[in-house]
Amino acid sequence: MRIKWLENPNIDFMGKRKIAYAVSSVLVLVGLISLLLRLTPLGSLFGIRQTWSIDFTGGRLVQVYVEAPIDQVRSATIKMGLRAEIQNVGQAHEFLIKYKEDVEPDSLVRGLERILGKKVRLDRAEHVGPKIGAELREKALILTIVGLLVILFYIWLRFDILFGLAATIALFHDVIITWGLHSLFGFETDMTVIAALLTLIGYSINDSIVVADRVREYLGRFRLIDVSPKDLERIFNDAINSTLSRTVITSFTTFIVVFSLLLFGGPVLFNFAFILTVGVFVGTYSSIFVVSSLVLDWRLRGLRRKGK
Amino acid sequence: MSGKYLWRLGLIAALFVGGIYMLIPTYKLLTMSEEEKQRIGRQQLFDLKKKALNLGLDIQGGMYIVLSVDKSKVKDPAQLKDAADRVVEVIRNRVDQLGVFEPVIQKVGEDRVIVQLPGVVSKERARNIIGKTALLEFKLLADDKVFADFLKSVDDLLRKRGNFTADTSQVGPFTRLLVGYEGDVAVPEENWDKVDSILNLPEVKRLIPPGYQVLWGRTITTKDGKKLRKLFLVQKRTPLTGAHLVDAQATLGQQQMAGQPVVHITFDRTGAVIFARLTGENVGKRLAIVLDGVVQSAPRIQERIPTGNAQITGIPTLQEAQDLAAILRAGALPVPVKIEEERIVGPSLGADSIRRGMIALGVAFILVVIFMLLYYKVAGAIAVLALLANLIFILDVMAMLNATLTMPGMAGLILTVGMAVDANVLIFERIREELRKGKSFRTALEVGYANATRTILDANITTLLTAIVLMFLGVGPIRGFAIVLSIGIVINLFTSIVMTRWIFGYLIEDRKMQAVPI
Repeated sequence: MRIKWLENPNIDFMGKRKIAYAVSSVLVLVGLISLLLRLTPLGSLFGIRQTWSIDFTGGRLVQVYVEAPIDQVRSATIKMGLRAEIQNVGQAHEFLIKYKEDVEPDSLVRGLERILGKKVRLDRAEHVGPKIGAELREKALILTIVGLLVILFYIWLRFDILFGLAATIALFHDVIITWGLHSLFGFETDMTVIAALLTLIGYSINDSIVVADRVREYLGRFRLIDVSPKDLERIFNDAINSTLSRTVITSFTTFIVVFSLLLFGGPVLFNFAFILTVGVFVGTYSSIFVVSSLVLDWRLRGLRRKGK
Repeated sequence: MSGKYLWRLGLIAALFVGGIYMLIPTYKLLTMSEEEKQRIGRQQLFDLKKKALNLGLDIQGGMYIVLSVDKSKVKDPAQLKDAADRVVEVIRNRVDQLGVFEPVIQKVGEDRVIVQLPGVVSKERARNIIGKTALLEFKLLADDKVFADFLKSVDDLLRKRGNFTADTSQVGPFTRLLVGYEGDVAVPEENWDKVDSILNLPEVKRLIPPGYQVLWGRTITTKDGKKLRKLFLVQKRTPLTGAHLVDAQATLGQQQMAGQPVVHITFDRTGAVIFARLTGENVGKRLAIVLDGVVQSAPRIQERIPTGNAQITGIPTLQEAQDLAAILRAGALPVPVKIEEERIVGPSLGADSIRRGMIALGVAFILVVIFMLLYYKVAGAIAVLALLANLIFILDVMAMLNATLTMPGMAGLILTVGMAVDANVLIFERIREELRKGKSFRTALEVGYANATRTILDANITTLLTAIVLMFLGVGPIRGFAIVLSIGIVINLFTSIVMTRWIFGYLIEDRKMQAVPI
């Protein structure tokens, strides 16, 4: 099998970078607003449901299987004096019950059985105390910061500061857009989301490195002083074009995988699969249109300054 | 020159066979139904589990509990240091009595203990066994007269404070909340909170006779279904504790206790001497048996007991009596603990999760294989072989390191399928590029591998760095993911760069192929 447009492609990526900047800005803005409303107290001012999971807020979560409609389960929990949030997950009759009251899962199951008159199977129960919730929050934050720092340090070591800076911006770009979309849909942010976001960061950097590596290789053929702005733009385009087939194919195989995880992986892995499915696109896009574009623009500015 | 690469090919084949062989027990365990597990019996199942890859609680079902040691109860800072260690020891003893396979009990940080119980889903029972301090104390009850005077003085105080509407009846504002039960003072369920808050008033606390304290009894359900808790006034002094206990056994009682669960306890020599003196000096008085600050029962001492035997009555079910006996035998926790975090996964959800994970893995693998074969032909087949080896070796290395496969780990495994081919894609694309420039296959192969390897290393090291950060800083589920990811990356470097190069070498050098379809 041969894919025609992947052989010797000659696409003017860098010529379209102004449009890409606009698209990215809009997406980042939407992501930021979504994150602010879903995950900060700001959202509760407007009565928007917060989507931090009990991993971070503390509380209880019980998943049960009972052959009853969701309304009956809901009214049963109200009868038991719980201010619970109830969701249907996976197949029918599988319910996720979230609440803050100090009621043991065993007594919840017994109460449901008594009120509904049906057998209730306890599938999952989680209880996170407020202390652990705060600790996990702190850990997630440290995790993200240390993860970022380590990667950036490595990139600065292997490449240069311009690329390092551009990569940093791209990482924020990727995380904000992907996480923002995830929370926009009202999905919960739990510990696996943090892990998925860090994986996305790794993937996105991976992609950027392949392009940057080629840019460096092509740039090596010129003496920097001889490079005209036009040459520079061409070098970037050439580097992106000659790695394009690899970029497309790897993104494609990764996409196949995370998408099948999204379709078949079930509720436990849903958050993870969602973040990475969206992330494959955002991460690939950003290595071309955020990292390469920014580095090109910064270098062009440098050239102009030298020219004067 | 023939055969230069043959031994390498043999090595690959040997690794494959060995790798697959190591995974047979895991495969058996994963595909076994509940009925089969019942049938082969406990011992054989344990043996199988020992050989197989450890499966996380989220796959096989079980409980995960994080306990914290109540530091406020430790006076001596030196004691705190080993308090958590002692807690681990005691809980291990207790869990052993439950017969759980490979429980994990470990100290984390200074004051945390993590308990993992695979296969245990009865939360209440496990919580009773793990969370109870099991501090057993024997305390003498105050005389009835002293207790009655105390109750009266509380009435008087509340009347004086006047925030209880003036009452002309004989019954005082406090005693009105109480009832008599079996000759003791008891509190009906609806008044528990009120009575408790009154007893906690500083003014009321000052009325308690010096050297005494008020303790609640355990919850009793009366014949007409009402719930009560008795109140006791006991001496603060504790002449005897469970520390002197050597044995505890649960039985159903005889004679007047017929059919009632009873826990018989036996003291050591010192304990027996203390107990004999205590009972001898206080015949006719009542002795409260206090467990974790709650009075279990308060029998009247009939005579001196020289044998060092006592019994605890008033336990609702035999199962609870057995659990109580078990934790008494294991010893009391040196400090109270608090449950900070609990996660339970039922066995059916775990089975469902792993089934879904396998389907996702299967679908992803087949699609990637089809694509690689179509796009890269024979070279694609070599990459697929490397991918397969990668998956098998990851599981093998995990089994060797005694690591645990969790659902997030499963996600990491699936992700590896997508990302592992990346290295080969980079190499193959580079080879194609060189071929397009008109180079011979042999040269293109050399250049392709040489150029792509640097990029692959750079790209993989960043991912590996993230994975390592996740592994060291991550908690529970994330760690499982990070372990798989890191192992996968390292193995991937071998399978996708070295192994594929060997196979190409064999085809070109040994089999004298001019070019491999790519």
